[in-house]
Amino acid sequence: MVRVDGRFSRKCKDMAALALVCLSSFFSVLLLACIIIYVFAKGFPVITVSFLTTVTSVLKGTVGIAGNIVNTLYIVVITLFFATPIGVGSAIWMNEYAHKSRLVRLIEFTTETLAGIPSIIFGLFGMVFFGRTLHLGYSVLTGALTLTLMVLPLITRNTQEALKAVPDSYRNGAIGMGAAKWYMIRTILLPSAMPGIVTGVILAVGRIVGESAALLFTAGSGYLLPKPGMGLLHKILEPGGTLTIQLYLSMSKAQYQVAFGIAAVLLCIVLAINFLTRFVAGKLDVTTKT
Amino acid sequence: MCNGKSNGTSSGTGGKNSYHIRRSRVQAVESLAEAVFTVCAFFAVLAVISITLYMIANGLPAIFKVGIRNILFSTEWSPTAQEPSYGILYVVLTSIVGTFMAILIGVPVALLTAVFLVEVAPAKLAAVVGPAVELLAGIPSVIYGLLGLMILNPLMYKWEQAIFKDSDTHQFTGGANLLSAVLVLAVMILPTVINISASALRAVPPQMKASSLALGASHMQTIFKVLIPAAKPGIITAIVLGVGRAVGEAMAISLVSGSSVNIPLPFHSVRFLTTAIVAEMGYAGGVHRQVLFTIGLVLFAFIMIVNVALNGILRKGEREDG
Repeated sequence: MVRVDGRFSRKCKDMAALALVCLSSFFSVLLLACIIIYVFAKGFPVITVSFLTTVTSVLKGTVGIAGNIVNTLYIVVITLFFATPIGVGSAIWMNEYAHKSRLVRLIEFTTETLAGIPSIIFGLFGMVFFGRTLHLGYSVLTGALTLTLMVLPLITRNTQEALKAVPDSYRNGAIGMGAAKWYMIRTILLPSAMPGIVTGVILAVGRIVGESAALLFTAGSGYLLPKPGMGLLHKILEPGGTLTIQLYLSMSKAQYQVAFGIAAVLLCIVLAINFLTRFVAGKLDVTTKT
Repeated sequence: MCNGKSNGTSSGTGGKNSYHIRRSRVQAVESLAEAVFTVCAFFAVLAVISITLYMIANGLPAIFKVGIRNILFSTEWSPTAQEPSYGILYVVLTSIVGTFMAILIGVPVALLTAVFLVEVAPAKLAAVVGPAVELLAGIPSVIYGLLGLMILNPLMYKWEQAIFKDSDTHQFTGGANLLSAVLVLAVMILPTVINISASALRAVPPQMKASSLALGASHMQTIFKVLIPAAKPGIITAIVLGVGRAVGEAMAISLVSGSSVNIPLPFHSVRFLTTAIVAEMGYAGGVHRQVLFTIGLVLFAFIMIVNVALNGILRKGEREDG
């Protein structure tokens, strides 16, 4: 009798545990679905051609985010211009050149630390160092340099993983045939590791597009389009708010319609980046298997 | 290089010279490449050192000027008053309490979801839940803030009106309170904690599960009595990373948590370390601005403690594995 009771209560406990487990994951997925549906339902009605192609102007009576889209592109391109070579180079050194494991561990530790620093701290540092010490002020360049530090760990780590996955036989084969080390890295390793590097870069784009705290006090909040000609270059030294910054500002000014419009645009970008990562990462599997 | 050698033997000294020149050129390019990569590698070290130095250099002056007791252990925050006071004790407490509450709510949900992903879900369902979690991680924090402001705050306001109906002393916040911020943070740490605990659960040797099942334990007993204890270091890592994420989050909670410095109680309008910086850096000047940097320094110290703890856990794990 006692044993049967024990078995019964065990079954009850099992069922309860299973129910909790299922409920939790159901909640997580439901949450995502609700977020996406809610933002799209509120945001899509706001998105029109003029919303995407004009700049907010009281004179012309337009509400638009074209300037913010351009600023976001500027910051993504400039940040990647700095961060990709440094991140990839750092991974190459750690994986291919370094002999002392203590040094590698130090660099890995600092890379992890850099990844753990909150974006608001990057914002403060960028404001003081790039903005004040280097006299760049509130500008697109200040924002991009700040974000370079922030996305560096992402690119380094992904490149390092990809390089680790390249079989040693590739290296030995190339060196054995008389290739110099850099030649071997350039022609054998980097092409094999390309999907991993690209994954890191795409993840970095996602991080940059979604970033706000690090940009608020570095890139500032301009929303105008750059002037054509030399203005395109000058823009780099002028303040420029990205989509997220504009979303935050609209939100704090209680312009919720615009805020939801931008949120829907951002979500579309995030979804696209997610699929793209999945696609590239799928390719990664293929190259490491063959 | 092979080519160069055969040239050298066939055409005498001139060829040998060109071989040497080519070889030295290759060598020059090689050492240049290595030098460039070395510089790249130490960039991260340089960045961390300069961030640390700059945070200390900008955060300390206010401590000397105002006095450590008047900043860290005083609760009065009125930086723009005639006789300003810069006590950030409540701000620090809010960050600690808020993070703790977010972890308390978020971690159980996340851990159970990880269990679902790894042990319970059929492959097809896991293929939906996994990417969904990753997507949750990719949503920009300002969007979480927007949703908190539009959905949570009105809800909280209703609760507030119901709970404090007869209270004379309660200051109504319109729903922007600690509890709203905690819920937003709890959602935001979900992906981090889910992903890392899921990989920790996956890494448990299959023999452990098999032995437990063979001894007659049910699947659920095996999960909660064998797998989770075995994955404990990984799960702790996940929680520590979650703490880091929650402590450092700024934009998502800056409008949701309210705008005045108060004791961190669920229905109080509060300021976190991060939101104090975001909200006031724009207009602050003089000592006020320096104190904001001190707040940044305190936040930085928190994060560094989290990082060192994380490193310690990972090292310990490595040693046990080895």
